[in-house]
Amino acid sequence: MSGADRFLRTTAGVAVARREIPALPVAELADAVVTACDGGLRVAAWFGVPRPSGVELVAVLADDARAGIALARATLTGPAFPSRAAACPQLHLFERELAEQFGLVAEGHPAPAPVRSQPPLVAPAAGAPAPALPGTGELYRVEGQEVHEVGVGPVHAGVIEPGHFRFQCHGEQVFHLEIRLGYQHRGVERALIGGPDRRTIHYLETSAGDTTIGHATAGCELIEALAGTAAPPRGAALRAIALELERLANHTGDLGALAGDVGYLPTASFCGRIRGDFLNLSAELCGSRFGRGLVRPGGSGFDLEPARRERLRAGLDRTFTDARSAIELLWESSSVMERFETTGVVPREDALALGLVGPAARASGVDRDLRRDHPGGAYRDQSMAVATAASGDVHARARVRWLEMEHSLAFLHATLAALPEGEVRVPVGRLAPESLAVSLVEGWRGEICHVALTDRAGRFARYKIVDPSFHNWSGLARALRGGQISDFPLCNKSFNLSYCGHDL
Amino acid sequence: MALSQILVHLGVLLLLPPLLLGVIQRTKSRFAGRRGPSLVQPYRDLAKLARKELALSATTTGVFALAPVLAVVTAVMAGLVVPLGPFDAPISFAGDFVLFAYLLALGRFFTAAAALDTGSPFEGMGAAREVGFAWLTEPALFFAFFALARLSGSLQLEDMLRAPEGELWRDSTVALALVAAGVLIVLLAECARIPVDDPATHLELTMIHEVMVLDHSGPLFGLVEYGAAVKLLVLDVLLMHILVPAATVRGWLGLGFFVLGVLAVAVLIGVVESTMARLRLLRVPALLVAAVLSCGFALLLLGR
Repeated sequence: MSGADRFLRTTAGVAVARREIPALPVAELADAVVTACDGGLRVAAWFGVPRPSGVELVAVLADDARAGIALARATLTGPAFPSRAAACPQLHLFERELAEQFGLVAEGHPAPAPVRSQPPLVAPAAGAPAPALPGTGELYRVEGQEVHEVGVGPVHAGVIEPGHFRFQCHGEQVFHLEIRLGYQHRGVERALIGGPDRRTIHYLETSAGDTTIGHATAGCELIEALAGTAAPPRGAALRAIALELERLANHTGDLGALAGDVGYLPTASFCGRIRGDFLNLSAELCGSRFGRGLVRPGGSGFDLEPARRERLRAGLDRTFTDARSAIELLWESSSVMERFETTGVVPREDALALGLVGPAARASGVDRDLRRDHPGGAYRDQSMAVATAASGDVHARARVRWLEMEHSLAFLHATLAALPEGEVRVPVGRLAPESLAVSLVEGWRGEICHVALTDRAGRFARYKIVDPSFHNWSGLARALRGGQISDFPLCNKSFNLSYCGHDL
Repeated sequence: MALSQILVHLGVLLLLPPLLLGVIQRTKSRFAGRRGPSLVQPYRDLAKLARKELALSATTTGVFALAPVLAVVTAVMAGLVVPLGPFDAPISFAGDFVLFAYLLALGRFFTAAAALDTGSPFEGMGAAREVGFAWLTEPALFFAFFALARLSGSLQLEDMLRAPEGELWRDSTVALALVAAGVLIVLLAECARIPVDDPATHLELTMIHEVMVLDHSGPLFGLVEYGAAVKLLVLDVLLMHILVPAATVRGWLGLGFFVLGVLAVAVLIGVVESTMARLRLLRVPALLVAAVLSCGFALLLLGR
């Protein structure tokens, strides 16, 4: 019996009753996940839900080939669960998180370190040791006279988020990079339990500030799915417009930052300004440069009148022309290309094994984009071209971003030209009780997965957010292996991952 | 030599360096489409650092505090061996170019020693990089000096730098161009500029020179910056003499050419920094070897 058959097949954006999700024994569920991943599915979320009888484990797998998701669950009563991280590396961080959030032991996990050093979601057993502070405890260590260890952070020289990076080096060469996060933990998932309420949307918008639209869209699609409604076409189109503007702004900022990291000033200076111009287009849409207040359960908080729509289209063309002239300088400068090419390579098989998502995965030749594979909202009506590259290096990650910007521009023009008529927002009723829904949104950084389970009263019993950064930090560590320590900032920028999005 | 001449020489040597940083910054800003800070901003920055509190790590010893002072002293002393356009060098003797090269090396030795003194893995890494690249800039510099000595028939830096003028300059253009290219690379490497190092970066893992002085603060850091600026001026003057022979004309004309020439080299550095990305750290030795070869080949050409 193949593992995939043990799952409930459904699609993202559709609520299912909890009792419909097959409940398997814990070990069988773990094995089924491994078998399914061998068969081409991948782990979108793998988490625990506190139940009176123990911990309910929920597996959400994405089936990109069939535009579907696969669900299964198991109830764990003991203090340990069997780890499958060695067979299925993309599980490793999910298992560590699960162990940490419920005070469990991942039996057989190759590197069972805490993920965020946060207290468990459930009350810890009496006498349980307090969680260690982030960045403390044993780190992986290479022994030897000629090996030296470099620790960077959590306080960094630039205005960036805190995280600790520990390099095991031989001269300039990196043997191993261990990334320890958790400094940005705010308890967002815990705070969302009991919702949705008036605070919910603000928690969603601030899950990762640079992905306001992405996370808010994922959350709202989830709430709409559980309420059995959907955003009206015009509202969905406005959300998609905001999502693509967010992508344009962030990709521009990233390309500028990449140029800055190699000391190439022309692109670096101009992209900083152009990113601001793209953010101003978001402000044109809803009054907030980061899109706060635009995405609301049931649709969009703002409409777009014809006059503003024309201003948006004109501004988009103007800004994109500037972006093109600044960014194309990169590909034309041999000194920049020399730095980008062959730096920080993530081979395709490693990208697949680690379950990378978003531009980082596509740069390693993984043809995966939720806007095409699991289309929701306005993406159902319009096909989205997917940009990939084969080399998996910094150049590929930069190039994929630029190609995505061009695709976003085409999508924006098509959507703005044929904006559906009608209302922008519909009322959202009560959520279905004892149900589960999954939403998948391709944010600028990659796959944003939100999963919610409701209780008998239709309130959130558990809200799980998987930011793309959660998948991709492992990719950064892989990219550095065997590379030069002086290339770390460049590699880091080419992934540009979120610390707070990881630490939810 | 009159005392007044020495004072003028010292005055130029001590007061001009921050202006060069201002000119480079202004050039880079223009390329980036910005106005850029005022030309005198580096002076203000140094004044600000001088007023700041000094924090000394408990693990450091006297070497840590001594190094920035020595960096300034060695750079200024190296400047005393070099003629400043129409002004003669206050110190001049046969073989003084060796003193010049090793004054710079002495400053570097103490900067690296101070970096190791902190015990920080960053600073040790930076010291390793700095020293690892310096052993390639040194032969390049010496080949350049040998070429100039061959051209001038003198072993005094003053005569060596003043020789390339008139017919001699025209006759040996190719050799001098090779020397100038080599010296420019040495200048970019020694003064931690793009494409070797990026003086503007905040990313400690990519730094070479800056990472060695991360633990210096306040007045000591001001001295580090100031010493680096003096070194920049001294190497700038070296290059300027090869490129602008008219700067050695006595009187106001020569002075004008000297100032313009020195600033032009600063603009040139700014242009290089604005139009190039940094080299991969592993490729830096290749660039420095190119400088060695360039100067060495000039010597071969002149040795015919």
